Amino acid sequence: MTFLQFMFYFFSAVLVFAATMVITIRNPVKAALFLVLAFFSAAGLWVLLEAEFLAITLVLVYVGAVMVLFLFVVMMLDVNLVRLREGFGEYLPIGGTVAVLMVLEMSIILGSRHFGLNRFPVPPGHSAGFSNTRELGLQLYTVYVYPFEIAALILLVAIIAAIALTMRKRPRTKHQDPGQQVRVRHEDRVRIVKMIAEKKG
Amino acid sequence: MSAILVSVWHRFPPWSQLALSSLGGIIVILVPLMVAVAYLTFAERKIIGYMQVRIGPNRVGPHGWLQPIADALKLLFKEIIIPSSANKFLFVLAPVLSIGPSLVAWAVIPFTDRLVLANINASLLFILAMTSMGVYGVVVAGWASNSKYAFLGSLRAAAQIVSYEIAMGFALVGVLMAAGTLNLREIVLHQSGNITDWYIWPLFPLFIVYFISGVAETNRSPFDVAEGESEIVAGFHVEYSGMAFAVFFLAEYANMILISALTSIMFLGGWMAPFDVAPFTWIPPLGWFLLKVSGLLFCFLWFRATFPRYRYDQIMRLGWKVLIPVTLVWITLIGVIMVFTPWGHIFH
Repeated sequence: MTFLQFMFYFFSAVLVFAATMVITIRNPVKAALFLVLAFFSAAGLWVLLEAEFLAITLVLVYVGAVMVLFLFVVMMLDVNLVRLREGFGEYLPIGGTVAVLMVLEMSIILGSRHFGLNRFPVPPGHSAGFSNTRELGLQLYTVYVYPFEIAALILLVAIIAAIALTMRKRPRTKHQDPGQQVRVRHEDRVRIVKMIAEKKG
Repeated sequence: MSAILVSVWHRFPPWSQLALSSLGGIIVILVPLMVAVAYLTFAERKIIGYMQVRIGPNRVGPHGWLQPIADALKLLFKEIIIPSSANKFLFVLAPVLSIGPSLVAWAVIPFTDRLVLANINASLLFILAMTSMGVYGVVVAGWASNSKYAFLGSLRAAAQIVSYEIAMGFALVGVLMAAGTLNLREIVLHQSGNITDWYIWPLFPLFIVYFISGVAETNRSPFDVAEGESEIVAGFHVEYSGMAFAVFFLAEYANMILISALTSIMFLGGWMAPFDVAPFTWIPPLGWFLLKVSGLLFCFLWFRATFPRYRYDQIMRLGWKVLIPVTLVWITLIGVIMVFTPWGHIFH
């Protein structure tokens, strides 16, 4: 077993373990933290595939931003796990059927017939100076520029829609106008009154 | 003697030679870093002392120079108290999660042209990913402590760091556009020449945005609402004592040095001398790098002595409504000038 294979099995084992813990552990905060570990192991696997840009972006976006917000929400929720587990037996047949169907469908598509070595041979090795990031950028912004821009537009629409759906205008909240605050001069706030001293001597 | 050492070295199998030399590199970087952190705390107390017309610590050793060592020893011998209702595993894990990323990022920092532990081609992204990991230490510490103050601190830290990371990332996009590479060493090499070739001039707004976001990312004053000792006691580390507390402290200061090092690499020409003539070239490249880092660190301390703490809604406003639009406008401007006008060379 080479060092690379050892690393592959190590990351895979951690990934499978973490993914299992995400759905079995009782505490939602710990589940979110195990999901972070799962992302991290997946990033390690991608580095082994020489996809360092994708790996680092996975850590940057999912671990660094998305999961922080997830944790943020999960930490504030007081999730009652006993009630969540009440309907387990009731939903088991439907859930089990869906799971079996999904595994079946995936095994039809994701076989070595479609993704095997004869379809996708091992790409030739690149020299050390080869930059995946540069190649990815060139492909994205030349060949796939329209799909890329359309995807960006759809995401923008989603962002605006999310804000529009959740924003409520509350007339009674008080706002500060920083521009106005900066423009304030002491003449507006302080009035100096000259008066003669009341007590003499 | 050296011949014997060389022959012993060749006895090791190649993989262990690689591991041993990497380990040596890590020690060579981390030991000075830890010393720098210790003396940064001392410098902070002295500098802020002088700014407030005090003397600062002056009792331990000559002029108080042994004060950080006394502090470290004190913290080492203190008991680590774990609150009875805390989540023990995560409570102990949080300081580790905090210091890990702040040390790992140093692996790709080029100190000089040759002095870099791992010269990887996406080092800028790597740095960004690692600094974005640091927030987990704070968040997990706040949650695992099972204390209201700590929890409030960690919620504040999470929202703040996620917001400022966006501005920080956009500022780095400008550097990336100017240099055309993600490798930190090449980014510095693109700035070679005189002081006028540094990226601080064409990317001046981005430099300001990056440094402000860096201060906010490290939870330093005036953005230290995660600690906010006047409202939430000490924020996320209120339940920590002894060495566990010291590790958070180490992480914060190591992050400060890291942000200063990155700012000097990306905007101030890294190890380059400001002028390539005689009196300036007498200082070695490493000396210039350390001088720039020290200057930026002084700014961190200066901010702390000067500005009052931001209110929370003002922090959010500054991040989302001021810094992010500034970076977006400047990035667009750079792109338009580079592609459509003949003046694109000013950004290269």
